[in-house]
This record gives sequence, structure tokens and C-alpha cells, in this order.
Amino acid sequence: MDLASIGNGKREIGKEEIGKALAEQLPPLTPHAAAVEADRCLYCYDAPCTHACPTHIDIPRFIKKIASNNMHGSAEAIYASNLLGATCARVCPVQELCEGACVLGADHKPIAIGRLQRFAMDYAREHRIYPIVTAEPTGRSIAVIGAGPAGLSCAGELARRGHAATVFEKRDMPGGLSTYGIIGLREPAEVALEETRMIETLGVEIKTGIEFGKDVFLAQLQQDFDAVVLSVGLGCTPGLGIEGEEAIIDGLEYIEASKTNPASMNVGRNVLVIGAGNTAVDCATIARRLGAERVTMVYRRTDREMTCYEHEYDFARKEGIEFRFLSQPSRVLLEEGLTVGLECMRVELGAPDASGRPSPQPVEGSEFVLASDQIVKAVGQKKPALLGLKTNKGFIAVDAAFQTSIVGVYAIGDCIRSTGAASTVMAVQDGKLAANAIHEQFFPRQTMAEVR
Amino acid sequence: MADLRINFAGIKSPNPFWLASAPPTNTGAQIHKAFEAGWGGAVWKTIGAPVLNVSNRYGAWHYGRQRMLAINNVELISDRPIEINLREIAEVKRAWPDRAVIVSAMVDSKPEAWREIVERIEDTGADGIELNYGCPHGMSERGMGSAVGQVPEYCERITRWVMEAATIPVIMKLTPNITNIVLPARAGVAAGANALSLINTINSIVGVDLDTLELTPSIGGKGGHGGYAGPAVKPIALNMLASLGTDEIVSKSGIPISGMGGIANWQDAAQFLLLGASSLQVCTAVMHYGFRIIEDLCDGLSNWMDEKGFKTIADVSGHSLHRVSEFKNFDLSYRAVARIDKEKCIKCNLCYVACNDTAHQCIDLVSPQGALVDPHSYDVRSNGKHEATETRPQPQVREEDCVGCRLCYNVCPVDDCIAMVEVPSGRDAVTWSELSQQQVEVTEDWEAMKAYRERVGIHIH
Repeated sequence: MDLASIGNGKREIGKEEIGKALAEQLPPLTPHAAAVEADRCLYCYDAPCTHACPTHIDIPRFIKKIASNNMHGSAEAIYASNLLGATCARVCPVQELCEGACVLGADHKPIAIGRLQRFAMDYAREHRIYPIVTAEPTGRSIAVIGAGPAGLSCAGELARRGHAATVFEKRDMPGGLSTYGIIGLREPAEVALEETRMIETLGVEIKTGIEFGKDVFLAQLQQDFDAVVLSVGLGCTPGLGIEGEEAIIDGLEYIEASKTNPASMNVGRNVLVIGAGNTAVDCATIARRLGAERVTMVYRRTDREMTCYEHEYDFARKEGIEFRFLSQPSRVLLEEGLTVGLECMRVELGAPDASGRPSPQPVEGSEFVLASDQIVKAVGQKKPALLGLKTNKGFIAVDAAFQTSIVGVYAIGDCIRSTGAASTVMAVQDGKLAANAIHEQFFPRQTMAEVR
Repeated sequence: MADLRINFAGIKSPNPFWLASAPPTNTGAQIHKAFEAGWGGAVWKTIGAPVLNVSNRYGAWHYGRQRMLAINNVELISDRPIEINLREIAEVKRAWPDRAVIVSAMVDSKPEAWREIVERIEDTGADGIELNYGCPHGMSERGMGSAVGQVPEYCERITRWVMEAATIPVIMKLTPNITNIVLPARAGVAAGANALSLINTINSIVGVDLDTLELTPSIGGKGGHGGYAGPAVKPIALNMLASLGTDEIVSKSGIPISGMGGIANWQDAAQFLLLGASSLQVCTAVMHYGFRIIEDLCDGLSNWMDEKGFKTIADVSGHSLHRVSEFKNFDLSYRAVARIDKEKCIKCNLCYVACNDTAHQCIDLVSPQGALVDPHSYDVRSNGKHEATETRPQPQVREEDCVGCRLCYNVCPVDDCIAMVEVPSGRDAVTWSELSQQQVEVTEDWEAMKAYRERVGIHIH
């Protein structure tokens, strides 16, 4: 897509300004601030933060190492459970995970675990501290499809166990959503790319610009490798099925443009974002930061049903983003090919639907128009249909060992996330668990307990 | 309002807080400033023999974010010309007649040297003299300071010389660098000292720098033991203070004791008073935060005294001494168990790990469903704050197995969450002392001990 064609070009913003507007939002902790925070940690035993972390990083351990100024050890403690600690430190919804479970949260402030982890991971990056592979080569090789967090985690964990892992990535750059789909305020692309290079130091080979099903095929991979892991993620934003939809911009492409070439973006003056998930908030944030005068999120339910995290909603409101609830888009209004508005219908909430949330019931004849010169949609991602694999609610179905309906073919990450919210850290854990399951397949004496 | 005034061996001051002989009392200007802030008295930094000082005098022990939990110094006695010190002492005393001005002294162990310094001090109009038998570094290498304080006979001899010459109250200051603090105290009583003070600093090496591999502090690449002081030494000081208060000879003599060693706030001060001090000296806390801390020392102590119904410092002084005893007199049948308040517990499990790894293995983890669970027993795929917090087990004491060691109580980070609750043991009160008189075989033979335990129902697991 020609990114320059996004929007109607009504607002100009300088390059430097763009850089600032989309720069990583939280500054790194100073060594002193990190030490103060690390000292505040109680060093809980069998800590709830560690339980709440999907990858079960031994959080008190890495934090106490910061406190004792053993930064090398701190980074290694994180790597032990999570190879993508630098990304997770930035993108994890810590309020819902580790920090949300911190025992200090009830009475006062939980420990800033995410920022301490970032402090340790920044140190590791600056001092080139990489996980060390001690395993002897096993002679086994695994093909991993997709260099997103799940694939990188899986490949890295396989490499740590002595297996030869090759990752095939269709995009020009590895990192998946970390590189392309997480707004720069939370994770600059460079952090994701640096992390990818760290994974390569473990012996993982990453081949970019190679698309599965186009440049490489399953039959060939099954011949060349001992196992195949699919970490293909999800697709683009699904269609809304409304008139004029072709004028609506895909939210993921909007974010991608903001990361790879923000200067080329033309942000509208009056932007509507359809959807109320975290990606929708990200899109609205970009629009706001890149100069939109008015940004409104349009959602068919209410703030009680929004799928974005509470802290994302708070953030959006602080950014000055407006909300239009109980509104279902019905038509894009165009004048001479340019977007001028979105027609919506008023919605009433009915009985709970399959998702457990009240079902939106558009009210006949309630059409109204929201003026807009740019509309972005972020209403989830299309589910992959691949290789005729068995699915579960549209996602690739896997067994407890992450094996799909084809023996020797595994799947991990967002493409299997049929329950719960898709997240980077869950993808990382999938990769780790699958690597262990595959290793176990080769060398059955290992036990699942060792995954942790 | 409690009356904070004291009359300590004839030395009067408006409150019991004196600056200890140390860097804060190096000059008249400093003491003026301290008195303006409200200090009741000051013990002038030790004057006496000629000295020269070095750079990098103070080391410190920091713990976590707490700076200067203790300070360590290799600074010697005053290096200012003695005439200047004496002149300023006189000036300060003239300017502050209601405050206690005491002069610490240390000279060669010769009668004439001591006589001379006593006379010169008395000429200033100072209220008292403190004999520095404690400095553990530098001066001790020259036969002064702790080299005197560690030998009771020297203490007694030199104090006698001083008492022959002195007409103002004399306080003999004790070094803690000695096996039995009672012996030099008795020597002071025998020599007729008007008062005692303790503790001086403790021999210490504060650390080694892990970059340079030199001692901290490093004096041109070398270091050595220095004098240790500050909050970390308080328990040692309290024990020595109580040892004097419970010693028959010292306590019967009625000799007043000026307590010091880690007093940083009014609560510390109250504890020193309760264990027998009747004047208090402060140094490290002032070196950390300045003279202004006197305000809360007085205010907090006064409020606490009002709350407790103490009218004067003398009422507080020694009030808890009758509680000081020895193991042999403790009731072996007294039983307390730990009880965790589930409402207050934040489930950090610090009590659990402390008890199970290092104490008596009597804290269990109980799941919300009431089942006993092991730590780390959640499924590897379980995650999120809700699962982590809602399934988190509750530490719970198995009271029948709890020996009442109180470790969990000490490690718990939540105020008033773990209580040590007295429970009936079902046994008659008995002390080891009584047992060794009445059933001596029980105290000497394991088989007899076993039979005794079975008889009275003491189970040790």
C-alpha cells in the first residue's frame, strides 16, 4: 500500500516533531531509581508476580540482582525464562500480569517490575550480554515459520537445547508485531531488531523475505527438517461489510507506517478509529500525536465492554482521545473519492452473545453521521486458514504439546490463541513450551517441569 | 508536659540530650549552633595529647537504601591547639550557663599530665570532665584510649589521679572493646568517679572496596580498624548498659550512667533511659542529619512520657531494669505461638520460607479450598494477576508444632500481621535454675531429660 496515500494530507508535521511524538514514552530508569525500586521489592517466596507472568520469570531473583548490582546475573535470570525480555518489559500489560499481582499493590504501589526488567535488558543490550548456549549440537533441525515473538522464542529455546533452528520470515525485517505492530511509544523497532540479533547469536538462522506457501512449502520443509513450527500470527483486519469500506485504513498498516516511515504518513484532521481494543487505542494515539485535531474511537458497545486494558483506556483519555459508544458504522460517506464522514446507527444492548457480552442491536432508522476525513479500523485480525489444518474457533488447533493435526507440525502464538487475549508474552511462552515439547519428542526423558 | 530536665551527678541540663564527644563538638561555633537548636549539653571533642589527623577518616555501612546504618572512623582526638579549645570552652559556658558543657580529656598515662589537664579544664568553668578511655584507634597505639579502658586496673589508677585533682563532676567513659564491661565499671566506682558513660566506639573494619580492593576508607591505599558507631551498635550498647544496671556493685553504688551508642530518635532514647541511663549522648544521627534532630528527640520523648504517665526523666530511668534477667530464670513453661492475621497478610511467604528453611517447619501453605499445597505448585500454563492472586495459598501456622521462635514475626513486612500469642502450656512454671536444683539429673543426663519431657508433656520434633 502506498502509505503516502493514507489520509487526505491536510496536516503537515516536521520530521523531528514526528520522532519526538512517537518516541518511547517512558524514559529508562536511572541506576539510582532502579536501585531504589529494586530495594523496595520484598523478595517474596514463590512470588505471585512470577506466577502471574506467563513465562514465569523469577522476578524477585532478577530484581534482587539489580539491588546487589549484579546486572549480568539479572539479565541472565530473565533470559532463563524469557528470551524476549526486552520486548516484554515494554509491551506487557504489567498491570494485568506481574505488577497486578504484586503483594505491595493492595496497600501502596506495586514494584515497577516492567521498568526494572527493561533496565536489566537495556544493560544486557549495551554490554552485549547474551544467553550462553552450553548444549552440544543434537543434529536435529527445526523450521520455524514466522519471526514474531513466538517464532523467535521457540527458535532461541531450541537453539539453547542444541538444535539447529531456521526461521523463515516473509517480511523484510524480523520481529513480527514487535517490529511492525507495536507503536513506537511503547517499543521502538530498533529494540525488537536488536533482540532478533541476540536470538541469532544463539545460533538461530533467520531468513527474511521468504514466504511460506509461496517461496517454501510444507512438503519440502518436512523433508529438510525434523519438525516444523508455525508461528504465523493472524492476518489483516477483517472487513466490516459496509459501503465505502475501501476508504477505511487497516489499523495494522497505520501502525506499521508510523514505525517504518512516519514521515510518509498523512494523518487526517478529524480521525475516526473503529474498534475499542488495544490496537484501536494505538491507532488513535498515533493520529493524535501526529497532529489530528480530533480523534474519536467509535465502538458499538460501551466502555464496560471495551477489550482494551483499563490502563490503555486511561491513557487514551489523557491523550485527549474522544469516544463514541453504542455506535455501529453503516456507511462511509465519500465526496469525490475523499472521506467526509461515517454514517453510524445507534445501538441498544441486548442479551449476552457468544462472547458473553451484551449483543449490540442496531436501531432501525437511527442513522447519524460523524464527520471525518480519515477512518481507521482496528477490530481484530483475520484468522489464518492454513494447510487444511484442524481449527478451534477458527484458530489452528493444537494438542498439549502444540502439535497440530499434522504430525511433526507444531503451531504457537496468536494463530492458536482461541482463548484469552493474544499477547507477546503468551507467544513467548508458547515458543518456550513448544521448544521443550519438541525436544522431549526427540529426547523423551526430559519432563515438562524443566520448562520452567 | 513531661519535665525533661536532668541533674546528672550534679551536672544540670534542660533536657537529657548531650552531643557526644566527637566531630559535632569540635568547635565553639558548632556547639553554639547546637545549643541554639536546643541541645541540653555537649561533651567537647576530646582534648589532650598532640595529634595529627589523616584524610578519608570516615567509612560507613549502608544497608539497602539506608545510608549510614553505622559509621566507622579513624579520626583522632581534637587536633586543634589546646589553648583555642580551652578558650572556646570558656566562651561557650559563659554564653550558655543553663547548658551542660563537659570536656572530654585524654592525656598520657602519667599523674602529672592528668592533673594538669584537669586543672586547665576546670579553669574554663566547664560543668564536668569525661575521661576518654575508649578511643580504639590511633590513641590506643600510644597507650591511651582503649588501651586504658581495656585494663580495669589502669582505669582505676588513672581515675584516682583525676579524682584527687578534680572539683567538678568526673564521668569515666567505657570502651565496649572488652569481654566484660562490668569490670572497668567497677573500677570506676572503686576510684570514686562521679559517673560512668558508655559506649565508646567498637573496633571495626567497615568494608573492602570491590573495585580497588582497598579497605574502606582508604588512606593513601592503606586502611585499618576504626571506631564503629551509629544505629547498628545500639543493641550492643543497650546490653552493656543493662549489664551495669544489673551488676550488684555498680547498681548499689548509685553511680549515674550516661548512655550512648546508636541513639537516632526519641524511641532509642527512651530505651536507654528505661535500661538505666539518666543522661543521653548522641553523635552519628547528628552527623547524618544535623543538630535539628534535637527537636523531635525532645518532642517525641516528652509526648511518650506524657502518654505513659512519666513525669520526669528520673521516673523513666531504670524503669525496665527489673525485667532484665538471665536464661536460667526464664519460665520454661511459658508458651507463645505465632498467629498470622489473614486479613492483614499479603502472602509474601517470607514467614513460610524462613520457618521452613531455617526454623521449625511449622508454617503451611493452605489453598483457598483449604488444601495443603506446596510452593510453586501452580501449573506452568497458569498466569495473570487473577489466577496468581485468587489461587495464592495462605501461610498458616500449625500451632501445635510452633515452638514460638518468633522468626516469622521478625521477617513479616506487615505491621501487626503476625502476633505472638500466649497459650497455656498446661505445665507448671519452672526455670532452669529451679530444675537444676530440684531435679539435677534432668539437667545433666539426656535419658533423665527424656523421661522428664515425657512426664510433663514437652514434645520436640
